Amino acid sequence: MTEKNKGSLVSKDTGKAYASGDGKAFAKRKDPHRGRNLTLTVITSALFIALMVWYQKNAYDHSYAISIIERSAIYAVGAVAMNLLTGFTGLFSLGQAGFMAIGAYVTGVLTIPVTARQSVYYMNGIAPWLEKLHLPMVPAMILGGLAAAGFAALIGIPVLRLKSDYLAIATLGFAEIIRALLAAPMMDTITNGSYGINNIPGYKNMFQPLLIAAVCILVMLLLINSSYGRAFKAIRDDEVAAEAMGINLFRHKELSFVISSFFTGISGGMLACYMRSIDTKTFQVTLTYNVLLIVVLGGIGSVTGSIIGSFLINGGQEWLRFLDEPHAIGAFQIPLFRPGFRMVIYSLLLMIVVLFWRSGIMGNREFSWNLLFQRRRKKKAEGGET
Amino acid sequence: MAAENVLRIENVTMQFGGVVAVNNLSMEINQGEIVALIGPNGAGKTTAFNVVTGVYEPTNGRVQFQGNTIIENHPRGKMKKLYQGENPEVFSNVISKTPDRITKLGIARTFQNIRLFKAMTVFDNVLIATHMRSKANVFSAAFRVNAAEEAANREKAMELIEMVGLLDNAGDIATSLPYGKQRRLEIARALATKPSLLLLDEPAAGMNPQETEELAHFIVKIKDDFKLTVFVIEHHMDLVMSISDRIYVLNFGSLIAQGTPADIQSDPLVIDAYLGTGVS
Repeated sequence: MTEKNKGSLVSKDTGKAYASGDGKAFAKRKDPHRGRNLTLTVITSALFIALMVWYQKNAYDHSYAISIIERSAIYAVGAVAMNLLTGFTGLFSLGQAGFMAIGAYVTGVLTIPVTARQSVYYMNGIAPWLEKLHLPMVPAMILGGLAAAGFAALIGIPVLRLKSDYLAIATLGFAEIIRALLAAPMMDTITNGSYGINNIPGYKNMFQPLLIAAVCILVMLLLINSSYGRAFKAIRDDEVAAEAMGINLFRHKELSFVISSFFTGISGGMLACYMRSIDTKTFQVTLTYNVLLIVVLGGIGSVTGSIIGSFLINGGQEWLRFLDEPHAIGAFQIPLFRPGFRMVIYSLLLMIVVLFWRSGIMGNREFSWNLLFQRRRKKKAEGGET
Repeated sequence: MAAENVLRIENVTMQFGGVVAVNNLSMEINQGEIVALIGPNGAGKTTAFNVVTGVYEPTNGRVQFQGNTIIENHPRGKMKKLYQGENPEVFSNVISKTPDRITKLGIARTFQNIRLFKAMTVFDNVLIATHMRSKANVFSAAFRVNAAEEAANREKAMELIEMVGLLDNAGDIATSLPYGKQRRLEIARALATKPSLLLLDEPAAGMNPQETEELAHFIVKIKDDFKLTVFVIEHHMDLVMSISDRIYVLNFGSLIAQGTPADIQSDPLVIDAYLGTGVS
């Protein structure tokens, strides 16, 4: 093989075959497979929507599947928001549950029907200014996101000076403070203290959460692919070099933190509408770990990875439910199959995935049709050579 | 006079704890010059760069860029007692700018130990450097209101990549390139910030003689094309002697000589400390 051939092969493998040679086209992001990819995207989206419509039409029979899909969509927003911070800006924060709690409580409190308020707050009574304050779902969620973003902006000033593990610990502490604050007796007339709030109106159909999730993820994707997103990635890769390229570290870190928290708050609001009744126990550290798990499994630095991870984790927990039920071979009751066994297998599967797919399912790549086809072509080429 | 100096370093001392890394360094770099800073390893050359670019806050001294003071400091706090340098009373102001603001003023740099954005393509590495001069805020950038500006930036980044001869590698991951190409990429990235003063920290390190010679032509070319002033740290004496207008020599943090390449080559102090007797 000549040196030149080798070079072209290498560039093909990195998925940028069309890049070499034609600088102008590359700068303008021209893709030779655009037509094919567009067709494929349209077909898959249509199939997905058709499936959703079918589910929705038979909502009564498929309420279980619908609830898994809804929850996956909600976690996907949270995971992509965390990925924006951890995977793209390189800031490891564990404050997810705290920001979700803020979003959830703002959304929850504001959307409870005015007529139902007295029954929700029957123990402590409701603050008079809040009694008649009611917002539709989406504005309430946005307000929840803004509240989370506001808190993030405030704590970001001291906390973002920290690095890696220290930042994680500080934000973890913040999340616990938020949880304690929400449950504090002084907040009883607003958050209903430890009783939690219920009667939150749920989604009218499964398209509502899916659409909100899609819009949120799309906005984050647009941001990641903008010049600000590139600046975030620069900070992740090398802070000193990023600063030498004129990127103000603090400003961009704060920006990423605030935007991530905004969408985390929205995912919290979505969760409130999904669960319909929330209390502070919902927002324990476990929630953060679940989101983190999705991010790590899907691939740190991959938006599509987070979405796939969310569906896998939320779906997987349910698909494995048969393990909790007793099974028998003939007359012999297998002793392993009892409640709790599911979690053993689930954890084992996760460990296997992390061991063998160290950078998650997607690594830091994004799903694209080109990637898929290149994989296949590569496999074919390998098969041909040997 | 002052207006002519692009960069003016006055009595800069950088002390880390009890170690004086740069001692009372004063330099002037004029518009359109190529000035080299040479000296043995550990002489404090890179430290001087880091002071100018705002990575370190000097213990004492002042740096002026295009007539404006960008950095000034005097021994304060703990350093008041520890300070071992000279002129502790000369400077009274404290001015410090973060590296990004100094870059914005028009000082760009490359790094001795290459610092590319590892996980990104060659193209993205250069494109990132255009972000600083972009007028878009986060909303207009995310919702593509700045599409025209973005397109112009992408085109400009591509031009720079073409200029440094990396067109075929534009889509490759930066760290997959061979060393010499990574160095050229760093220069392209620095140029994308639209500097008026370019600081090159050992740009020829790890290059073979032929690559070094190409680099020499390249530095002179970009200096003329982009109307730059170049301040370079380098160990390759052939390169330094062939392109520099003036040379400063550091040893143990102190300036031991300055002058034209011819002066430096015959300076007994420099020969003793750095060049050795083998050089004619």
